[in-house]
Parts: sequence; structure tokens; C-alpha cells
Amino acid sequence: HHDPTHFDGGLSNRQLFAVHQVAERVEALGQFVMKTRRTLKGHGNKVLCMDWCKDKRRIVSSSQDGKVIVWDSFTTNKEHAVTMPCTWVMACAYAPSGCAIACGGLDNKCSVYPLTFEKNENMAAKKKSVAMHTNYLSACSFTNSDMQILTASGDGTCALWDVESGQLLQSFHGHGADVLCLDLAPSETGNTFVSGGCDKKAMVWDMRSGQCVQSFETHDSDINSVRYYPSGDAFASGSDDATCRLYDLRADREVAIYSKESIIFGASSVDFSLSGRLLFAGYNDYTINVWDVLKGARVSILFGHENRVSTLRVSPDGTAFCSGSWDHTLRIWA
Amino acid sequence: MPVSYHCLILSSERREANMAQAPTDPSSAETADPEESSPNMIVYRKIEDIVTRMQDDKTGGVPIRTVKSFLSKIPSVVTGSDIVQWLMKNLSIEDAGEAIHLGSLIAAQGYVFPISDHVLTLKDDGTFYRFQAPYFWPSNCWEPENTDYAIYLCKRTMQNKARLELADYEAENLARLQRAFARKWEFIFMQAEAQVKIDRKKDKTERKILDSQERAFWDVHRPVPGCVNTTEMDIRKCRRMKNPQKVKKSVYGVTEESQPQSPVHLPSQPVRKTTKEDFRKQITFLNMQIERHCLKMSKVAESLIAYTEQYVEYDPFITPAEPSNPWISDDAALWDIEMSKEPSQQRVKRWGFSMDEVLKDPVGRDQFLRFLESEFSSENLRFWLAVQDLKKQPLQDVTTRVEEIWQEFLAPGAQSAINLDSHSYEKTSQNVKDPGRYTYEDAQEHIYKLMKSDSYARFLRSNAYQDLLLAKKKGKSLASKRLTGLMQSS
Repeated sequence: HHDPTHFDGGLSNRQLFAVHQVAERVEALGQFVMKTRRTLKGHGNKVLCMDWCKDKRRIVSSSQDGKVIVWDSFTTNKEHAVTMPCTWVMACAYAPSGCAIACGGLDNKCSVYPLTFEKNENMAAKKKSVAMHTNYLSACSFTNSDMQILTASGDGTCALWDVESGQLLQSFHGHGADVLCLDLAPSETGNTFVSGGCDKKAMVWDMRSGQCVQSFETHDSDINSVRYYPSGDAFASGSDDATCRLYDLRADREVAIYSKESIIFGASSVDFSLSGRLLFAGYNDYTINVWDVLKGARVSILFGHENRVSTLRVSPDGTAFCSGSWDHTLRIWA
Repeated sequence: MPVSYHCLILSSERREANMAQAPTDPSSAETADPEESSPNMIVYRKIEDIVTRMQDDKTGGVPIRTVKSFLSKIPSVVTGSDIVQWLMKNLSIEDAGEAIHLGSLIAAQGYVFPISDHVLTLKDDGTFYRFQAPYFWPSNCWEPENTDYAIYLCKRTMQNKARLELADYEAENLARLQRAFARKWEFIFMQAEAQVKIDRKKDKTERKILDSQERAFWDVHRPVPGCVNTTEMDIRKCRRMKNPQKVKKSVYGVTEESQPQSPVHLPSQPVRKTTKEDFRKQITFLNMQIERHCLKMSKVAESLIAYTEQYVEYDPFITPAEPSNPWISDDAALWDIEMSKEPSQQRVKRWGFSMDEVLKDPVGRDQFLRFLESEFSSENLRFWLAVQDLKKQPLQDVTTRVEEIWQEFLAPGAQSAINLDSHSYEKTSQNVKDPGRYTYEDAQEHIYKLMKSDSYARFLRSNAYQDLLLAKKKGKSLASKRLTGLMQSS
């Protein structure tokens, strides 16, 4: 009996085990009650991306209609809004200081907007163009400073930029197709990041040399999202092949796969809970699945969104996670 | 053809063609047809496999029947609950809600539809559903144009059947199309008449089925206002999807001279040719792979388990946050406490997990620094912090900062001289000649290791740290006083 809905990627033909076999002795998790605690309405079209501010409550979100909004999601108030000159703003990020945001999309650029608290703030006037790619901007992230931005693009490259001068500090070539996502390693001394692309590869890069240091290719389709495990020793990926996978950097291989026969739509966005025990994944079937990272089982399925979940991030202190959807809304879950 | 059989054939062909290459996993049929591996197609093929199995009565498919209703018969239908039951049984779904959700998506994509409703969802009851004809499957790359839709609505008005009456939104659509195509309406009208003629020739039962399938097709491509349009695409994936020759633009064989409706995305510059440098990089990379000392799976798993076990008490999703999770209680007390200068015991405990934890927490960093200052041995940490700060500077300030750091920590007679081994010192002196953000990487790594084994260990044993950890002195009572104060004032 074949099972075409389960693509058996890396594990069975060369490995002895996966994490869940070792984790048999680990205590199972209890029941989870996760609900939508806030719903943020205000975007006029598909929400494509979001990011948290370090203050644990503010977020920035961007959508297909070109709008970028900064919210205090605790109160659901909109604090800033700007309309980009392009549609499909696929990437946005909050600066570590909380004083600026970065965003971009079909304009092939990444622009930085300082946030002020003036009464009649004109955000568009202070805009600074930082990154220039030759195709759409798919992801952006500040490093641990407001002064550098890391970008990923449909042109197949990633790049590191100096915000003040707009100068290219380092470029990263190696993906064979569009790069869709990236995540910086969480270490205090880390100089690496991971990227995922339409070439089905996840690649780990040294920011100093521009060199690819590790590469993983076990997915059967585009990798839409990559996120480091909190210790920095591993990372998870979400793909259009309807699976999420865990790759360990020390073992240099895939060590877990999170999939179910009934999950047939792509995973668009993944993130870990603070301890790394839970993996939250948003899917194109409008749901969010919560996985037990160690045991490989799904612990919960969350309904609520009325269209694809396109973006998902856990808050900086792990008290909640935010999901953004093509249904024009964002939801905070806890 | 079920998708896995398709895969097996093509992957063996691929293996034969690529004998010399590194072993690949049996993957999707991308060498034969790039279209097959596009994200939408992957989902379509999975759904098609499901609906094919559902209709296969030899292997436990759903009961498809003709139902008698008043004076007529309803051919080829299945109930919603039968579909839900089948999904639960055959896809190992434990919860009916989940099966209903999946079934609704299969309907929304256009593979199954309610015979008496334009809204494509699945209900777990006696509502009747029909399967869509493969001709109308989304995997055929349909992009029907407005002229087609106009012909369809027009012919519906020509047929005097209650079941074919236009819904309000359809009537509105028709009116709008009549205005838009005013000049060629005669042509559209004629096409509609031709279609009606063709339809009349068909058998009555067959017509019922075909009419419903045709309607369901339009429910996907011109959905009821308020319903999700499942034909919308992620623009990042559009480039690979449309082979113009494969796109079907008309159900009725007419094409419009207009812009394509799909969001067409400009192809990027041609990928640059592989250079010698690229090959050198690849060789370096492969050598790195070979030389890498990999940990065993068991070791790695144990490490991941140990990490989560250590941090589980800090994970609000697993261990409820104290005093409360702000998102659940609507009380921001937790964040107010964290902002205060008095760290909780739990927070202090965390600094003991690794030096990174101390360095990451501004309060911890401050405590660590103060302790070292009290011992007159803070230069290492201050150097480390200065180098971290250097990496955060804008490009134009880098050279100055490099020089400042050199003067303070490394130059002969430096005020806060750090202790580097001669090799490291040599290397750093060379780096300083060409100043950049990574000038002090080597030195910083060295100092980090030194601090970890020496300063950090001493800090954890220190009275300052131990007191905080055991919440002695003013620590505990002050924290609880603050807490009560906060609660009283809110």
C-alpha cells in the first residue's frame, strides 16, 4: 500500500534513527489550550510577513497592498503606518533598538524607516533605501544591531548591508534558485545564518567570509521558512512538500521529520517555543500545527484563520506567537 | 495515474541517466516536466490521489448513488458525512472537525462540490456532493477568461430551468460583463446559443451531472463574493508555473485578446555562469564536509533533549508564566517585573546555564561586570563587549573604533591590557593594519574561552551571585514588596 502523501525524504535510506527514537523516554506533553488572544484587523489585503519588537508586545506587519503597519499588539492599537510604492511587501523586520523598521518586496529593495513619535509623522519622507537586489526581496533581518541588515532575494542570493551607507558588506552565492527565507544564529558570538530556497536546499553561511559552511537537501519542494532551534545547534524548516524537518548542525544531517498523511498543503512558516520543545508551523491549509519537536508527534491543531497562514513568529519572551494570514488579519495565540 | 507510480517510473529513469552523480532521493517528476514540481501541482496531485481513491468502490470508496427525489432522480451523489467518514478512516484523522476542514479545502480547490450550493465547503451531514470531472481539475492549468464566463452566464439565462437560475451575485456579474463587452455582445450571445444547442443533444442525466460540474468549475474561478478565491497564487512561485502553451483559457473554445490574468512575474537576470572561483569554493566546501567531525545521532538527540529539559521551566507555553501570562490575563505585570532592576531567582538561575546567558541578559552582564571590577579583572569582559560593539557600528566608524580598542586593550602599555598568547597577538597586530569589523575575531574567541573557564566560573561561585540566586539579603523581600505594590496600584 503506497502512501503518496508522505514523501520519505532523507531518513530511511541511510540513517539508523531519528530524534524521536531516543526521545521515547521523555515525558509526553500534556494537553494544550491555545487560543487566539488578540486579532489585529487593519490590513486591506493578504498579510505576508511580520516581526516582533524586542519589547515583547509591538509588532510590524506588511501586506500585499503595500501597507506596512506597526502595532502595539497588546492593546491592538496601530501606532505607525506607511504605504510602500510597490505591492507584495514580502519582508519586514523590526530593528533591535525598536526605533526603526525595514521592509521590501516587489521593489527588489530593502528600505529602512525610522519610527518617530511625532504627531503627524511622515514615515515615507525619512525612508532610506539600503539593499538592492535584481529580483524580489523575500526576507530581511537586522543583525544584533540597527546598523546591519541581512537580506534574501528571488535573485538567488543573500546579502549583508551597512544601513548607514547602503554599502554591500558581503554577498552569499550558492542557492540555485530563489532564496525564500533566512534566520540568524542565536548565539552571542555567532556569525552564521541559515537560508532556505526554491532549490529545496537549506544552507548555512559564515557571515565573515561569505562562504557556505553546511548544506542540507532532503525536502521535496521549496523551503518557505527556516528557524534556528534556541540553542543554535539545529534548525527547523517548513516546505511546500507539506513537511517540516529538523536539521542538526553537529550531526550534519536531518534528524527529524514532522508530517502527517492528512497534512497535504505546504508549510509556510515555522518557529520554536522558548525551550525548543514545541514547533509552531503555519500552513497553506489555513491551520497552525503544533509539533512535539522531540517526539515527532503533533500535539495540537489550531483553526481560526480563513485563508493561508503566511507568517508566524514566537514573541521574544515566548509568551505568545503571532500568525499572519491571507485573510488580512494577524492573530496572537497563547 | 496515482502520483507515486508516476514518481517511481521517473525516478528510475533519472537514476539511469545520472549514474555518476551522488545518490539522490526518489523525488518528484521534475526532470520530465518542471511544471509537476511546482508547489500548487504537488497539492493537486495529492488531492487527486485522494478523490480517486474515494471513488474507487473496489477498495472501500464512498457510496456514490442515484437518489430519488420527488419526481426526479439525483444521479451520482454522495453525502457529506460519507466523505467525512472516509477521510477519517483512510487518512488516519482522529477528529471529525479536522476531516471536515480538509474536505472543505478539497471542495474549495474544486475537486468535490455540493450540488445545491455555490459555496464550496463540506458539511458533515446528509447534504449531497458530487465529484468534479477530471476535465475541470485545477491541475489542467485553467485560467478562464471573462468572455468565457460571459458566455456561461448568458447560456444559463437561455435555458428555462429552475436549477439553472442565476444567483444574485451572478446576475450582477452578468450585468457588469454586458457593459464591459457591449461591443462584442452579439458574438457572446451567439456562442452561448451554440453551447445551448450542444447541451440539448446530451442525455438528460448526463446533462444534470455536466451542468453541476460546469457550475462548480465557475464557483472556483469566479467564487461567491466573500469566499476564498483558491486560484490566487503566491507571487514568488508564479514564475515557474505557467508554460503559456499549457494554460487553458477557454472552456468553450474562444479566446479573448487581453492581458493574461495571472500575476506574471518577470524572470530574473540569467543566472551567472559558473566561474573558476565558484569551483574553488565548491572544492573548499566539499573538503570541509569531508573533514567535518560529525556527532552521532544519539549524542545529538541527547543534547537536544537536555537543552529542552533545562529550559522547559522558562517556556511559557509549557510552564505557565508567573505571575501570569499577559496575553491571557490582560495584565502586563510580568513585563513590569522584568524591567525592574531586581532579577528574579529564576532569571538568576538561568545565568548559571552558560556564559552566553549572562552575556545575553543586560542585568546579568551588568552583575558579571561589577563582580569582575570588584576583583580588578574586568578588562577581558570589557574587551569582549567592546568588540561586540565594534561589530554593530556603521561602516564609516569602524576604523576609528578599531584603533580605540587597540589603544585601550592591546597596545604596549595599554590601560586595560588583556592577556593574549603570542600567536593570537601576532595575528591581531596584522589584522589591525587593515581594520574591519572582524579585526578582533580571533582575539575575541580567545578571550571568550578564557573568560568561560576562569572569570565565569569564579562569578558563579561568588557571594554576589550566590546571594542573588538564593534571594538572600534584600533580594526576596524587596521583590515581593514591589510586586504587592504593583498589584495595589493597578
